[in-house]
Amino acid sequence: MRTISYREAVRQAMLEEMRRDPNVVVFCEDARFWTMPTHGFVDEFGPDRVPVMPISEEGFTGAAIGAAMTGVRPIVDYTIANLMYVAWDQIVNHAAKNRYLFGGQASVPIVFRAAMKYANATAAQHSDRPYPQLMNVPGLKIVVPSNPADALGLLKSAIRDDDPVVYFEPLLLWGAKGEVPDGEHLVPIGQAAITRPGRDVTVVAIGDAVPTALKAAGALAKDGTEVEVIDPRTLVPLDKTTILESVARTGRLVIADPAHKTCGAAAEISAIVAEEGFGSLRAPIVRVVTPDVHPPFSPALERLMYPTPQRIADAVRTVLGAPSAVKDLVS
Amino acid sequence: MQLLTPSGQRVAAAGPEISAQEIEAHIADVTSADLSDMYADMVIVRRLDEEATALQRQGELGLWAPLRGQEAAQVGSARALAPDDMAFPSYREHGVAYCRGVDPVAILGLFRGTAHGGWDPNEHGFALYAIVVGSQTLHATGYAMGVSREASQNGWRAGQKPAAEASKGRAVECATIAYFGDGASSQGDVGEAFGWAAVFNAPVVFFCQNNQYAISEPTSRQSRVPISHRAAGHGFPGVRVDGNDVLATLAVTRWALARARAGEGPTLIEAVTYRMGAHTTADDPTRYRDADEVARWAERDPLARVRAYLTAQNALDDAAAAAIAARADEAATELRRRCLALPDPEPLSMFDHVTVVESGHVAAERADLADFLGTGDDPPAPSSTSPRAASAHAARPSPARPDLAPADSAPASSAPASSVPASSVPRAPSPPGSSPPEASLAAARSVAPPPQTPGPEASCPR
Ligand SMILES: Cc1ncc(C[n+]2csc(CCOP(=O)(O)OP(=O)(O)O)c2C)c(N)n1
Ligand SMILES: [Mg+2]
Repeated sequence: MRTISYREAVRQAMLEEMRRDPNVVVFCEDARFWTMPTHGFVDEFGPDRVPVMPISEEGFTGAAIGAAMTGVRPIVDYTIANLMYVAWDQIVNHAAKNRYLFGGQASVPIVFRAAMKYANATAAQHSDRPYPQLMNVPGLKIVVPSNPADALGLLKSAIRDDDPVVYFEPLLLWGAKGEVPDGEHLVPIGQAAITRPGRDVTVVAIGDAVPTALKAAGALAKDGTEVEVIDPRTLVPLDKTTILESVARTGRLVIADPAHKTCGAAAEISAIVAEEGFGSLRAPIVRVVTPDVHPPFSPALERLMYPTPQRIADAVRTVLGAPSAVKDLVS
Repeated sequence: MQLLTPSGQRVAAAGPEISAQEIEAHIADVTSADLSDMYADMVIVRRLDEEATALQRQGELGLWAPLRGQEAAQVGSARALAPDDMAFPSYREHGVAYCRGVDPVAILGLFRGTAHGGWDPNEHGFALYAIVVGSQTLHATGYAMGVSREASQNGWRAGQKPAAEASKGRAVECATIAYFGDGASSQGDVGEAFGWAAVFNAPVVFFCQNNQYAISEPTSRQSRVPISHRAAGHGFPGVRVDGNDVLATLAVTRWALARARAGEGPTLIEAVTYRMGAHTTADDPTRYRDADEVARWAERDPLARVRAYLTAQNALDDAAAAAIAARADEAATELRRRCLALPDPEPLSMFDHVTVVESGHVAAERADLADFLGTGDDPPAPSSTSPRAASAHAARPSPARPDLAPADSAPASSAPASSVPASSVPRAPSPPGSSPPEASLAAARSVAPPPQTPGPEASCPR
């Protein structure tokens, strides 16, 4: 085991895969910039594998798709998730559909890396969590790792995957440290993790809501409430079995997600549990998500948007039928 | 193209697109006093920029994009604009904002996160900052097309050839200018804006500040040829001007704006300049460019050459220069004082302006937050703000200028915002039967009562 940051895990995953497979390349603006996880890569791999892209997201996404169809495995880094929108046509109409439209005669083995800068006071055009939008697009796989080990293992799996994988990194977690197994570490796409077992309430948490939910669970444990925290890790394809089995045990479900409420991952998980696990539910499902407003630039306001330990704890108490909104349970 | 050399010599200039005579004609009226005013603009703008950078370093702003080095490109082009012209900036155009009469503290309010929409774009002819690079060039093109459409409809005669299909556009009273960078020039949006503006003869000036960098990337990563050459492929003129020469920038921009007003269509200006500071306060440029390069550009400082020229003309003595510097210091002190007094917005104001009329689900979410905050109808005072020094927020006085508070948030002492039904929150009025309020900025501007007898050329939407 070694202890590294999330950001370092992303870096090491790319390094390991680029060393293993000469077809892996990085497409990124400011790729050699000191703040980038790809900083220094050019020394080892040369400018052909670490080109510095013109400020042209649609251009390098389209070029990456073309390259991928010839067997290259590009890691396309948007540096800020919102900047994917500039390349939306290429991602949605081409990367996701080309295999289908070519009758299976082409594949698009790309990883789209999208660092989500929310809760960083970067204002509405830099603070989105766009994974729900892409969950609606067939053909894309979507992962949102919440800790360094998963960041490492899922990125390596994503790079080896023959389909386009969109890899979302909550920037809030870049500095978070965690243990990572020595040697080759792969986390399969499509497998959830039970991050904390518990018998009373299932909390499915996404991205940085996972550590937030763990804080809430820790505080609730002092009251004798045992929360099970599940990290889906992959949103498409979703490991619904792990979630449904947990709900079958606890009978109660809270979903915490920093993305918008409408048509979000939390909505999809709620629908699956309502359809397939209704019999086990002993209380209505509660979502702890972000309201349908854009992230305000004001840090004082933005801070109020996302799931907090307090809100998750309140939701847990609600599904337990306990008096809710006990203030300052969690600071 | 250059009119003032770095040492302050006045030279004649011409280029393939524009003759020396034409250039001189466009600045024939510029007196030493005018030039001295532009010098003062540049000194003040530089000083305010320094103050904002310092405020960010002290934790009072979330971020700042310094303009240092680009004062001449910004002041020269902005002083070429007529009051009714419309500018679409990127995010570094604080100097243009200043010349358009935007209160500098409103810009700091944006970077402090205290307000969205810190100024009235209609009042100043200066749109809000654009963060997604290049996007604003299309907005400017559409705006300009709207201006020329109004001009053409006002004077429409049945059977007349539509302006967009004529070889020449229709004359308009006000022109539009789009500011963007060398990095942005690689965006598809910018290429599409060029194409659109060309085929529709849109009265727009594309003003590219080539400051040699897009964050860490040199301009050579965006283009093999001067950016100004890109205009030729679209069929309109592109000129390269010394962007550190305020006089040449003024002349070329006036020429381009005059072309736009005369219906001659778009022009691309590439103002060659240098970003002396960091990309933003989150950047460290010493990591990607060497000190020699910065020193070479320091010798081409935009302020020094004007001062040298004016001094040689006996138009600016040391006392006058000192008085300008003192004015700049005073403005900076005032800016700091008012910036520190900017209040955090009221929490529930985050729900404002998602749509014109608040949707039911957003209203419910607003109520949920009020509930969570334990305030119900009584919004709390915001708690201290994370990225900044807590001390700065400990005892914030009420806003120095209440009109700078977010439009929809009532002062804490008056009626709590959440008790006001969202739909009754005052909004920009729209005239009965007008286009939907979410229509373009141009449409928003046309909300002002139309002139009584609009002639074909009375085409300014403001
Ligand atoms: C579409 C888009 N891509 C990337 C970014 C990130 N970004 C912000 S500023 C910048 C550099 C732009 O350089 P340039 O256009 O030369 O303007 P300058 O900063 O030099 O004024 C980049 C890449 C962005 N904001 N928008
Ligand atoms: Mg630039």
